[in-house]
Amino acid sequence: MGATGIIFRREFRAYTRSPMGYIVAAVVLLLDGILFYAIALGPDAGERLSGAVLGIFLYFASGLTAVAAVALSIRLIAEERQAGTQLLLDTSPVRDWEIVAGKFLSALAFLSAITFATLYMPLLILVNGKIAVGHVVIGYLGLTFLGGAVLSIGLFATALTRHQLVAAAIASVITGTLFLLWPLSQNIGPPLSRVFAAIAIHGRHWAGFQSGLLHIRDVVYYLAVTYFFLFAATKVMEAKRWE
Amino acid sequence: MVHLTEVTKYYGKKRALGPVSFEIAKGDTVGFLGLNGVGKTTLLKILACGLRPSSGTVTVDGLDVLESPHEVRKRVGYLPELPPVYGDMTVGDYLNFAGRIKGLSTDSVERRIPEVEERTRITEVHDVPTRHLSQGYRQRVGVAQAIIHDPDLLILDEPTHDLDPVQIMEMRTMIRSLKDSHTILISSHILPEISQTCDRLLILNAGEIVASGTETELGERLFQSRRMAVTVRLDGNGDAGDAPGGSRAGAVESVIRRVGGVMEVTLADRAGQMGDASAATFHVEGQADLRAPVCRALVEAGHDVIALSRAERELERVFVGLVGGGRA
Repeated sequence: MGATGIIFRREFRAYTRSPMGYIVAAVVLLLDGILFYAIALGPDAGERLSGAVLGIFLYFASGLTAVAAVALSIRLIAEERQAGTQLLLDTSPVRDWEIVAGKFLSALAFLSAITFATLYMPLLILVNGKIAVGHVVIGYLGLTFLGGAVLSIGLFATALTRHQLVAAAIASVITGTLFLLWPLSQNIGPPLSRVFAAIAIHGRHWAGFQSGLLHIRDVVYYLAVTYFFLFAATKVMEAKRWE
Repeated sequence: MVHLTEVTKYYGKKRALGPVSFEIAKGDTVGFLGLNGVGKTTLLKILACGLRPSSGTVTVDGLDVLESPHEVRKRVGYLPELPPVYGDMTVGDYLNFAGRIKGLSTDSVERRIPEVEERTRITEVHDVPTRHLSQGYRQRVGVAQAIIHDPDLLILDEPTHDLDPVQIMEMRTMIRSLKDSHTILISSHILPEISQTCDRLLILNAGEIVASGTETELGERLFQSRRMAVTVRLDGNGDAGDAPGGSRAGAVESVIRRVGGVMEVTLADRAGQMGDASAATFHVEGQADLRAPVCRALVEAGHDVIALSRAERELERVFVGLVGGGRA
């Protein structure tokens, strides 16, 4: 196991040992459950098609996934700096990209575990309604890609500061801006509208996953956002390691 | 083992360190002594590859810290002022993580953990989460992570920080036990800590090394004199007749003053050592090591000498003389 794997294991265990991990998981599962109840079993549920119910569920689940990703990522590096444990990593023969990759993968694994714990809800629709298995698979793939992208933003933010609240503010501003670009693009003219729509994190690129359609363009977009912010986080780590 | 040439470190326009140049041979135990904020931690972080020098060259075991930082990191064990322990991990898990992250294989780290736990005397807390440990144990766990990969160079920044007297004594004993297998650098502003564990001292002031050598060498170089402490029983048979005021302490002082080479005699402690109220300790300053002639003179005069040593506060005198701007 390389340094990435060693750091991944430590960080994943840290989530399972800390109240923060359980609080995030509990809040996400509770809110997802309430939303699913309201959408699938509420007064208007009978009039909706099963596919539409699943689409609405995925829409709300994507928002919760993004919030959970910010909450899970802000501790990753800021906490180490605050506690002084970053010095152990800084003075060990570990490369910065290995630290970033290990931390990112651990947060993604924990977030995915929370996300996949909600899978029983779409399965209820699958059993009682009429939806394609592919719709569920692609929807959850989308949640994973979106979660990974927001986690990378959070990781970049947490690399910038030793204060978790500041990291949360930075991550929220970046993520919020990328979310708002889609409604903005609908209210302004070209060419800016096209640029905003292309870089918005939750609009054109998310719609396909929500509808059960897998576009390579959307996959590439989320991977590109993830790579960009992980690369930026690595560069920040490199600069701060020798500061 | 360690070579520094004209090393400086600036934070913006503020100079935190240097220029400093020195060498440390393999197997030495060297103490960095200086007031808080003079650049000790900066210097140690540079040596541990945790900080980039602004200028100059630093090599550890022949490797440049800027050109081969990972190779240097494999050879260095570093204990910062606050031990870098994860509160959510048990001691065993933490040492496993530290060993793996420093490049040990799974088998090697499993073999090393019991060894370092025994050496740092933390075996009994192997399964205890580090957040439940006392400061003394946390420091020892910090030392254990620093030696887990058996580094050639061990860097300890204020290793007795926040420890109680018993823990300080235990930490010193542990550091002495590590001297056989590592080159050790210790930073501190606590004089006895350095005095009792190091072979050589480097005294830092305002980011520069102002003196280097053993405690005795520095004392001689700075003051052209040596200090000793002699404790004499005052209820012995010695004659008090010619002493100032006729007191026995005065008689002892007179005897010492008559010894050739003695420059100054002061009564340091009337209660004597070990709470013996019938004894007194005198500090004697002379041009050479006067322990033998002073002892001989006192015994010939009929006084009982019960302790004879270098002055306990010699390093303090040297330190204040170098960084305090005046003679102690």
